[in-house]
Amino acid sequence: MIRTLVALTALAVLSGCAPGATPSPTPSTELVVYAGSSLSDTYTSLGKSFEAAHPGVTVKFSFDGSSELVDQLKQGAPADVFASADRPNMDKATAADLIAGSPSLFAMNTLTIIVPKGNPAGITGLDSSLDGRKLVVCGDGVPCGTVTTKLAKLLGATLKPVSQETKVTDVRAKVESGQADAGVVYVTDAKASGTKVDTIAIKNADLVKNEYLVGVVATSKNSNLASQFVALVTGSEGQKVLSGAGFVLS
Amino acid sequence: MIRPALPRWLVVPAGFAAVFLAAPLIAMFGRVDWLRLPTLLSSPAAVDALWLSLRTCLASTVLCLVLGLPLALVLARSRGRWATAGRVLASLPMVLPPVVAGLALLVALGRRAWLGRHLSAFGMDLAFTTAAVVVAQTFVAMPYLVVSVEGALRSAHENYEIVAATLGASPTTILQRVTLPLAGPAIASGTALAFARALGEFGATLTFAGSLQGTTRTLPLEIYLARESDTDTAIALSLVLLVIAAGLIAVTSVFSRVKGTAS
Repeated sequence: MIRTLVALTALAVLSGCAPGATPSPTPSTELVVYAGSSLSDTYTSLGKSFEAAHPGVTVKFSFDGSSELVDQLKQGAPADVFASADRPNMDKATAADLIAGSPSLFAMNTLTIIVPKGNPAGITGLDSSLDGRKLVVCGDGVPCGTVTTKLAKLLGATLKPVSQETKVTDVRAKVESGQADAGVVYVTDAKASGTKVDTIAIKNADLVKNEYLVGVVATSKNSNLASQFVALVTGSEGQKVLSGAGFVLS
Repeated sequence: MIRPALPRWLVVPAGFAAVFLAAPLIAMFGRVDWLRLPTLLSSPAAVDALWLSLRTCLASTVLCLVLGLPLALVLARSRGRWATAGRVLASLPMVLPPVVAGLALLVALGRRAWLGRHLSAFGMDLAFTTAAVVVAQTFVAMPYLVVSVEGALRSAHENYEIVAATLGASPTTILQRVTLPLAGPAIASGTALAFARALGEFGATLTFAGSLQGTTRTLPLEIYLARESDTDTAIALSLVLLVIAAGLIAVTSVFSRVKGTAS
């Protein structure tokens, strides 16, 4: 009897506090930015210059897969800015009325091949040099995988990957470690891998561009500040940082 | 209802703990799209993942038994510093984050690694194969078998073995007739635990084996990928995993009760 009562009370307490479970009162000087993982380097450095230009403001980032971020926003995550690494996920966010106004396109990304340093398997492009080689790509369903499939189709190339990873960083890791002979990643990832890999450009890669969109979150309590951050990203300073990382400008 | 030795207030934190553990699982049952469940579970990707998971887990559980059981026996009957070191080593993969396990395997067995290079020379290239999945699962699951069997063997039964030896039984006979039957429940529950752990293996597989439908993409990897685009499928597959795991844990608790009455 007691046991049941206690369990019921506990349930009541838990379910009672569940709906309003968005704690951590955000002080007005904290700007929370949700951004796709591929933006972590560029956005972190833009956040620093934003803080420098707005004394008293702290920019906090949450970098994750764009679809995960949309899920979190749907659950009421307290974000001010959302930057999606592809259009379908931003569409999901706008369809759920999570974004104030219309989001702006601020960068694009194209694909390239990376190979382990020195290109031991002699890869020359999305062509027959990949036959029998260990090729790693992103899986269908994740943004970089969708783009890869689209590009291969347009170029008439049949890809026979040995692995379809869930994250583009996993593709990078497998090429950097030499497990894979080649991987298809974004140009920005190839740049971030630095000297650990060689880059083999894909001919006509710019036929398929992945679009990055940013917008102010509808429930933001700092929408004014959030708009200023969006302006920084889409403005000349933001575009300079992004192009430096390998993004194609909109 | 409550034993007098136990203070009554204890049921409050205990109740919280029970709700804390059960609530997310019950919530998941509520999110399952029951009408579409058969369709979701019969998609080729889901069937491939389920089938691959069962095949690889069976293989790795057999490997755990074949290799882990002798290790448990040796450790249980060893004393001293080396035995302690062995025990620590044998249980280490249990507490390692799976990604670390995957990285460790990569460093040892990867194409560029010292052991992996030698294997490649013999035409055994593990990279991105189903065998790599089995290796990853065995690595993380074997400690569960070793630890539970070793613990059971150390805590009891040595007297029976001594009696059997004084009656003239050979070591192999003692092993077959005395040690293994007495450790039976522990072996069974350890095996079920190892199977459950292999089934849930994710990080090491992703890091070491890759992810390709029908070859390396086991149930947890399929759930992870499905989550990106199709939450309903991810939850349906999670439900399957949850039901299988619950069944396995039920088996282990039945066997541990058998052990409890025997000793």
